[in-house]
Amino acid sequence: MQSLKSNLVQVTCKINGKEYTGMAEPRTLLVHFIRDDLNLTGTHIGCDTGHCGACTIMFNGKALKSCMLLAIQAQGADILTVEGLAQGDKLHPLQEAFWENHGLQCGYCTPGMLIASLFLLQRNPDPTEDEIRRGIEGNLCRCTGYVNIVKSIKAAAKKMQEGGKTTAQPS
Amino acid sequence: MTPKQFDYYSPASLNEAIQLLKTKDEAKVLAGGQSLLALMKLRLAAPKNIIDITKLQGLSYIKEDKDYLAIGALTIHDMLEQSAVIKSKFTILNDAASKIGDQQIRNRGTVAGSVCHADPAADLPTALTAADASYVVQGPSGQRIIAPKDMFVDIFTTALGHDEVVTEIRIPNFPLRTGSGYIKHSRREGDFAIVGVGTVVTLGDGNVCKDVRIALGSVNTTPMRAKSAESYLRGKKLDDKTIAEAAEKGPEGADPPSDMHGSREYRLEMIKVFIRRTMKLALSRIN
Repeated sequence: MQSLKSNLVQVTCKINGKEYTGMAEPRTLLVHFIRDDLNLTGTHIGCDTGHCGACTIMFNGKALKSCMLLAIQAQGADILTVEGLAQGDKLHPLQEAFWENHGLQCGYCTPGMLIASLFLLQRNPDPTEDEIRRGIEGNLCRCTGYVNIVKSIKAAAKKMQEGGKTTAQPS
Repeated sequence: MTPKQFDYYSPASLNEAIQLLKTKDEAKVLAGGQSLLALMKLRLAAPKNIIDITKLQGLSYIKEDKDYLAIGALTIHDMLEQSAVIKSKFTILNDAASKIGDQQIRNRGTVAGSVCHADPAADLPTALTAADASYVVQGPSGQRIIAPKDMFVDIFTTALGHDEVVTEIRIPNFPLRTGSGYIKHSRREGDFAIVGVGTVVTLGDGNVCKDVRIALGSVNTTPMRAKSAESYLRGKKLDDKTIAEAAEKGPEGADPPSDMHGSREYRLEMIKVFIRRTMKLALSRIN
């Protein structure tokens, strides 16, 4: 049994294929740990209340909101953040599709949108528009009106099917 | 936003978790945490001790038994939504699970977590009440089963003792010629229900209502059965007129709040509308 008083504890997890270790209070939210302690600031904080989805990460293969998890719960977890999508200079098909279809304006929601979309496409490689809209229900965008985001995800689905690539392999 | 400080425990077994609940002051079980952490961040909840059971093994399953369907406490909403058995035989739970929050929430939130949180506006407690679910509970002195009518006591309050943990939810197999459905009335996808109605109906010979359970959510401090409407329907041939007459009796005993999502009067009216709709939905699913 692990008993932890309210002080710093060591958390080790794998993010984008690399092992990270940091110190966190039990009450520290995972998103704060990723951004402030591990300096991976690609994951954004939009609302901090679990509504906006900007902090969405892949956590042991499932898209989750990292503000709705404690850092301490990431002990031993395998995490993918937006930084892990591109392979060096080569963007992930989802990132390419968002670029080509103007799937972002200010870009603040994009990291979360990309990970939520990745989860959707891994499960459903050829989604309908309704399925896409349902898949990103947990991600708010205040710029685009979603039209180009939906278009981007559709385009990414096509790219990924053609390329036979349905999962991101973190470098 | 950061929760208030707490001590964190990650027990390796259910028994350890129960011992911790027994001995630690103001201890709270953390399952998926998709409601609890939100409350803690807003500091509406500030438990002194968090007992994190997410890593306990063997509590995430959906199993068909001879007499009932067993759902493990840590089964996530997404698993309910994806389950073929639930989709074909316990459709009401697919309806409810698929309407909870969003994909990320459904990827983490658990069935028993939703039950134990006992938010009167939540979807699963209402659907489970209509499905007549019982709750298997483990405490320091062993196991007991909480009956459907006894589980929800008050707003955010269940019959669970402070040192007890729900381990399984059991839904008695529906008889032949049974249909079920849950409809959540909300302004936006992912919002809490303004009114949520779950219906399980069994037909006898000649489309006569053999049995029916109608559960209402978000209109009282706990999910409640629309007993008057149910007894009006039993033994009657189910046509639009009978269903509409029964729906008129739906609000009996309901005591909904007024808030920014809808007034009390509006909710009372919506009970009738959504009883009619879920009755028709459930009937349409009987083959």
